[in-house]
Amino acid sequence: MLANQIGYYSLFIGLLFSFLLCAFSIKDFNNNNKGVNQNIFTLSFLQLTFVIVSFLSLIVSFINSDFSNETVFNNSHSTKPLFYKISGTWGNHEGSLLLWLLVLTLFIFLFLIKSTQEPKKYRILTLLFQQIIIIGFFLFVLMTSNPFNYLFPIPNEGLGLNPILQDPALAIHPPILYLGYVGSSIIFSSSLAAVTQNYISKEWAQHIKKWVLVSWIFLSIGIMLGSIWAYYELGWGGFWFWDPVENVSLMPWLTLTALLHCILVLERRVALTSWVVILSITTFTLSMCGTFLVRSGLLNSVHTFANDPARGIFILTFLFVLIFLSLGIFFLFHKENNKNSNSFFWLSKETSVLINNWFMMYFLSVVLIGTIYPIFLDVISGEKISVGPPFYHKLIAPFLVLFLIFMALSPKLKWIKSKIENKNALLMIFLISVGLTFIIIKNLTTDLLFYTILISSAFFLFFTTIKELIFIKFNNISQTIAHFGFSLLILSILFNGILSSETITNIKVGEKYNYKNGEIFFEKIEERKESNFNSIVGYFKITDTNGKVVQLKPELRVYNQPAIITSEADIKTTLLKDNFLVMNLVKGNKYFNIRYQVKPFMLWIWISVLLLSLGGLTSLFKKKYEK
Amino acid sequence: MYGKKVKLRFLFLSLILISAILSVFLILQSLKENVVYFQSPSEIKSLIEISKKKIRVGGMVKEESINIDANKINFVITDFANEINVTYSGAIPNLFEEGKGVVAEGFLKDRNYFLATKILAKHDENYMPPEVKEAVGVK
Repeated sequence: MLANQIGYYSLFIGLLFSFLLCAFSIKDFNNNNKGVNQNIFTLSFLQLTFVIVSFLSLIVSFINSDFSNETVFNNSHSTKPLFYKISGTWGNHEGSLLLWLLVLTLFIFLFLIKSTQEPKKYRILTLLFQQIIIIGFFLFVLMTSNPFNYLFPIPNEGLGLNPILQDPALAIHPPILYLGYVGSSIIFSSSLAAVTQNYISKEWAQHIKKWVLVSWIFLSIGIMLGSIWAYYELGWGGFWFWDPVENVSLMPWLTLTALLHCILVLERRVALTSWVVILSITTFTLSMCGTFLVRSGLLNSVHTFANDPARGIFILTFLFVLIFLSLGIFFLFHKENNKNSNSFFWLSKETSVLINNWFMMYFLSVVLIGTIYPIFLDVISGEKISVGPPFYHKLIAPFLVLFLIFMALSPKLKWIKSKIENKNALLMIFLISVGLTFIIIKNLTTDLLFYTILISSAFFLFFTTIKELIFIKFNNISQTIAHFGFSLLILSILFNGILSSETITNIKVGEKYNYKNGEIFFEKIEERKESNFNSIVGYFKITDTNGKVVQLKPELRVYNQPAIITSEADIKTTLLKDNFLVMNLVKGNKYFNIRYQVKPFMLWIWISVLLLSLGGLTSLFKKKYEK
Repeated sequence: MYGKKVKLRFLFLSLILISAILSVFLILQSLKENVVYFQSPSEIKSLIEISKKKIRVGGMVKEESINIDANKINFVITDFANEINVTYSGAIPNLFEEGKGVVAEGFLKDRNYFLATKILAKHDENYMPPEVKEAVGVK
C-alpha cells in the first residue's frame, strides 16, 4: 500500500526534475562558466534516486504480494518463489518500462560524470536531448502504463506470472537487453549534440566509442540469453526462429556493429561523419521500434501479452517526433568537414569498413523487410502471411560467404593506402580450409557444393584469426578475438544444422521405440508437487547403436495460477553435443508425444557469442588505440 | 569536363544505388517464393484450385476428433461453418487440446484433407491467435 504510493509519487517527482533539468541546462548553456553547473549534477542524481525509489517500491510490492497494485495482481501470485516474484517486476509491460526509465536516467548520470573532459556545451546539449527522451518515457508510463494503479476491493490472490517466463535466463534477459537498447539512447543524444556543436571529431569518436562498445556488449549478451531461454524452454530444440521479436533485437545489433566499425574510421581519419550520425540515429530508432512492435501488440508472439492500442499510438507518435527532430537537426546543423580529404584509396582499411557497412545494411534490410512485410500486407490487403526461416537463410547465406572472406582479409589492411601482404600464406590457409571442409563434409550432406563454399569461408576466417592469435599481435587483439568468435559462431551454427538429428514419436509408459540410431525406452512416470505447480516426470533411457546410454527426465508442469501446462525439456550438455528430450501429453490420451534431438556443438554457439563480447570488452579496457 | 573527385563520387553513388536496387529486388523476389499464407477451413472449401505451396490452416480443434497412434495424430480443424481433416506426425505443443485454437502448417491434399508438417505453439491459454479469432468469428 505505502510502497505503492511512494513509487507513484516518486515518478511524478522524477518527471518534475526532468523539467527542472531542462530549465537549468538552458540557463547554464549561455553562461560563460567553464564547467557544467554543479546543480545539474545534483538534479540528475536526484532524478536517478527517485526513479530507483520508484522501481524499488514496485519490487517491494511484488515481494509482499500486494494485490492492491494492479500490476502485481496481474503478474504475480503468493505461491510463486521469491526469485520469480522479484523478476516478475520487469517481466511485464509496466515494470519493463519502468526499467527502461531507470536505465535512461542512470546512463545520463554516468555520462555526466564520465565526460568531464568534453566541451561544456556539448555535454549540456546531450543532457537536454536525453531529457526529451526521458520526459517522453515518463509521460508514457504515467499516462498509458502506470505500474502503480490501485485496485479496490483488494483481490485475495493474483493472476500469476506466465510460467514460461518463470526461468532464470529470462529473469536477467530483459535487464541486460535493455542496457544495450538504452545505451544507444546516449549515442543518439550525444551524436545530435555533437552535430549541433560541429564536434563530430576525433576526440568525440574516442569518447563515444566506449558507449558504443558498452551497448554492443550488453545487446550481444542480451540476445544470447533470450536465445538460450528459447532453446530449453520453448521445447522446439532450436535457438533462433527468425521470430519477429528476435528480429527486432537483431536489427539494432546490426546497425550498432556497423557503427562500431565506422567509429574507428572517424577516430583515425575524421571521415564518414554523416554516416556515423545516421547510424547513431538509426540504432536508437530501431531500439524504440523494437519496444513499439513488441509492446503494441502488432507482433503476435511469445512476448505479447498486453495489447493496448493507446500504448501503440503513444510510442508511434513519440517515435515520429524523435525521428523528425533528429533528422531536422541533422540537416540544419550538419556541415561536411572539408578539412581532410575524403577520398579513399580503394585498398585500405577505410574501404574495408565501408564494405562491412554495406553488408550490415544488406542484412538489416533483409531482416527489416521480412519482419514488417507481413504487418504491412495485413494492413493493406487483410491477407495473413508469415515469413519463415527459408527466406532469411536463402538471402543471407550467399552473402555470408563474401562477408566472412572480407572479414578475414580486411584487418590486415592498413589505413590510407595498403597492399595485401603475405599473399602466399593467405592462399595456403584458404586452400587448407577448402580441403579440410571437403574432407569433413563429404559424407554428411547432399548439398555438397553449397556447404563446402560456406564452411570453407568460415574456416578461412577461423584459421586466419587463429594464426593471428598465436603470433600475438597486441595492437589488434580485441578485433581478432571478436572475429575469431564470429567464425566459431558461424561454424557451430552450420555444423549444428548439418549434424543435428531428430526423432519424434508417440509412446506409452513402459514401451520401447526403435529409431534409426538406437532405442528409446520409456521406463516410468513419477508425480511431484511444488509450491506453485504439480509435475509429471518421465524417465527415459536412450541407448544408441554404439551401446551408449543416456538417461533423460523431461517434465510436464501443470501450474496452478495461471493454469498452464508447460513442458520442461531435459538436456544433457557435453562439450561436443547436447542430448535434448521433451515430452507432451494430449488430454484424454495415453500417448505421450516425445521429441528426442541430438544437437552437436550447441555449447559452442553460446561460447562463441561470449568470445565475441569478450572482444568488445578487451577493446573497452585497452588504454588507447595504438598503431 | 568534371573534376576527378566529382567523377569518383558519382561512381561511388551509382554503385551504392545499383547495389541497393539489386538487393531490394532480390529480397522482394525471394519474399514472393517464401511467404506462407493463412487460410480458414471455409476459405479452403471455396478454393478453385489446390495449390502445391505450403499454407497455414487455423481454427478450433473439433471436440472428440483427436485420434492418436504411435506414428501419427488425426484431428479435425473447424471454424464452425466448415471443417477439414488433418493428419500430422511430429511434435505437439503444450496447448494442443480439443476445443482449443490451433494453427497448422503444411500442404493441402484436397479440399477436405490437410497434411500438416508443423503445429504452432501458442503459449497462453487465454490467448487465441488473431488469425484464428478472425477465422472462427470471435470478437
